[in-house]
Amino acid sequence: MLEIKNLHASVDGKEILKGINLTINAGEVHAIMGPNGAGKSTLSNVLAGRDGYEITQGEVLYKNEDLLALAAEERAQRGVFLAFQYPVEIPGVSNIYLLKAALNAVRKYQGLDDLDAIDFLTLVRSKLELVKMDEQFLHRGVNEGFSGGEKKRNEILQMALLEPSLAILDETDSGLDIDALRTVSDGVNALRSADRSIVMITHYQRLLDYIVPDFVHVLSNGQIVKSGDKELAKELEKTGYSWVNEEA
Amino acid sequence: MAEQQAEKEQIDDVLAGDYQAGFVTDIEVDSLPPGLTEDTVREISRIKGEPEFLLEWRLQAYRHWLTLETPEWAHVHYPEVDYQAISYYSAPKKKTDGPKSLDEVDPELLKTYEKLGVPLDERARLAGVAVDAVFDSVSVANTFQDKLAEEGILFMPFSKAVHEHPELIKKYLGSVVSYKDNFYAALNSALFSDGSFVYIPKGKRCPMELSTYFRINAANTGQFERTLIIADDDAYVSYLEGCTAPMRDDNQLHAAVVELVAHDRAEIKYSTVQNWYPGDENGKGGIFNFVTKRAACRGESSKVSWTQVETGSAVTWKYPSVILQGDNSIGEFYSVAVTNNLQQADTGTKMIHLGKNTSSTIISKGISAGRSENSYRGLVRIGPNAENARNHTECDSLLMGDQCGAHTFPYIEVKNPTAQVEHEASTSKISEDQLFYCKQRGMDVEDAVSMIVNGFCKDVMRQLPMEFAVEAQNLLGLSLEGSVG
Repeated sequence: MLEIKNLHASVDGKEILKGINLTINAGEVHAIMGPNGAGKSTLSNVLAGRDGYEITQGEVLYKNEDLLALAAEERAQRGVFLAFQYPVEIPGVSNIYLLKAALNAVRKYQGLDDLDAIDFLTLVRSKLELVKMDEQFLHRGVNEGFSGGEKKRNEILQMALLEPSLAILDETDSGLDIDALRTVSDGVNALRSADRSIVMITHYQRLLDYIVPDFVHVLSNGQIVKSGDKELAKELEKTGYSWVNEEA
Repeated sequence: MAEQQAEKEQIDDVLAGDYQAGFVTDIEVDSLPPGLTEDTVREISRIKGEPEFLLEWRLQAYRHWLTLETPEWAHVHYPEVDYQAISYYSAPKKKTDGPKSLDEVDPELLKTYEKLGVPLDERARLAGVAVDAVFDSVSVANTFQDKLAEEGILFMPFSKAVHEHPELIKKYLGSVVSYKDNFYAALNSALFSDGSFVYIPKGKRCPMELSTYFRINAANTGQFERTLIIADDDAYVSYLEGCTAPMRDDNQLHAAVVELVAHDRAEIKYSTVQNWYPGDENGKGGIFNFVTKRAACRGESSKVSWTQVETGSAVTWKYPSVILQGDNSIGEFYSVAVTNNLQQADTGTKMIHLGKNTSSTIISKGISAGRSENSYRGLVRIGPNAENARNHTECDSLLMGDQCGAHTFPYIEVKNPTAQVEHEASTSKISEDQLFYCKQRGMDVEDAVSMIVNGFCKDVMRQLPMEFAVEAQNLLGLSLEGSVG
């Protein structure tokens, strides 16, 4: 699904990613953990195609295609989804309008016609249940006045609707109370499938109790310094990140 | 590098192609030679076979205009207009006095309106919208007239109303916008050639949307149309106005006057989608749009709503206003003004509260892109007798890029202590975060900008009648294409 080879990236001339190597197969769930400033958000932004990052070395293959050559919207249309750490507000644009525009953009790439209003609403309703959201959410402005938990659930709602092949969840647990965390995790777990890969980027081990990863990687100073299974996360929880830095 | 070049070319293509109404209709015309004297005024009146009272009124206006100076207080800059270089009358050649039916309308003209998405064939149209089409100086087609006449509703070219209903013209013409009002109103009063006339009798709800479609075609012509709408007691009408012009390198002048009169408990809803040619990306060409629009809520509990979506014109100078004379009358102004490239807009409204318990709402959304200048200028005046008058004003500006300007000039004059006046203003930018969010959901930049801008304008757009709202939304997207990314 995704093959990252010796990826180096800089922001304003400062190197943040210093040679990332990572292979993710279809159906796998990977957690990328690490201390603040390790390059976690840079990695998710580079994969999603945000402007302002310079790739100085390395390559990223997504479904055997050069991911870095594609514009952000082209990556999205091909099934790369980023659940944002801080979903932005778009005043006056209803949530349902955004959902529909997003779904139709993906369908257009797939050569499918736009869904008509009734089919679309039926589809969205079925996804709402997944994240325990009320239908009135659809008619509010995109993330406008949403609580932290509502914003994150809204991200998962979009993921459920768009059915991406590769979902990157950037600090999806941040700002969530325990109930919201459970709802969001249930949503993500329901979306686990053999043809979908998930990358969770997180500072804390807490999320991994709910969404159990197949692999855990520790990112430190722009490199993956340790990889293992879910036991590695537990180890980190006990000992913190300082030993990682020392070992590296 | 090659990729960047390709991207730039793509954007240039989009920009170059964005004014889709920019074609010229090749048609024979009767026109007056350029120049402006008292004889020009007499000649226009003679061509139209007008009664003496109207010629007299025109001449008074002309003589008054000679004493006036071009207003310079607006936040716009443009070369001086040479009034001697303009032709003040241009009309498609025709054999008879005016088309009696669409069969007599020149097929070239019908094609023009077809191309603009305004088919004049009644059978082909969706029911529910009657159209008056004004081409340069004259009305060329007016649909559904007979059907409306059965209801006692008058909807006809202004020049026809002058002959068929001179008493109404005499009574109402200039009663809201005097020829002494301002420079351009005086010019229009002297030279106006055609426009639409609407009269809704007592107690009638006009069963369909009425619309006028203005088109400037001839080069070096000024268009001076005059619209007069009267809603008698308990009447209702919704009126739509659309405008386009070909792409030409010279600036062209458009100086219209619109007068609305609402009697007791009457309601007039007036919606405009203005898409005059804005000039090219270097500011060459485009329409100078200097328009006086005003409504009088004369009767008690009467109501007038102005809704405008302004995307075109090189320079816009326009303040649709409401004089709230009747007690409990209501005035509303909903506006979206978009400027891109080197466009300049100075637009807003005046709400003049005279009657008791009058209320007004102003919602203005200005969007500036490129190197354009966009100003809101609004006056709220509460007269000494306007007990319990209320106004709520919201002015929001959205900036795209860092070379454009947004300005707000609110004037508030309160002469009655019971008044409540609220003013809110905000300025924001389309953020990188918003654009990236939309792109990450698969939308291209143009769609994302269009969606964000339409969201910003939602409070205004939802005031538009359905048929117009879709057109206006598309127009917003088109006007801003290429302004980001």
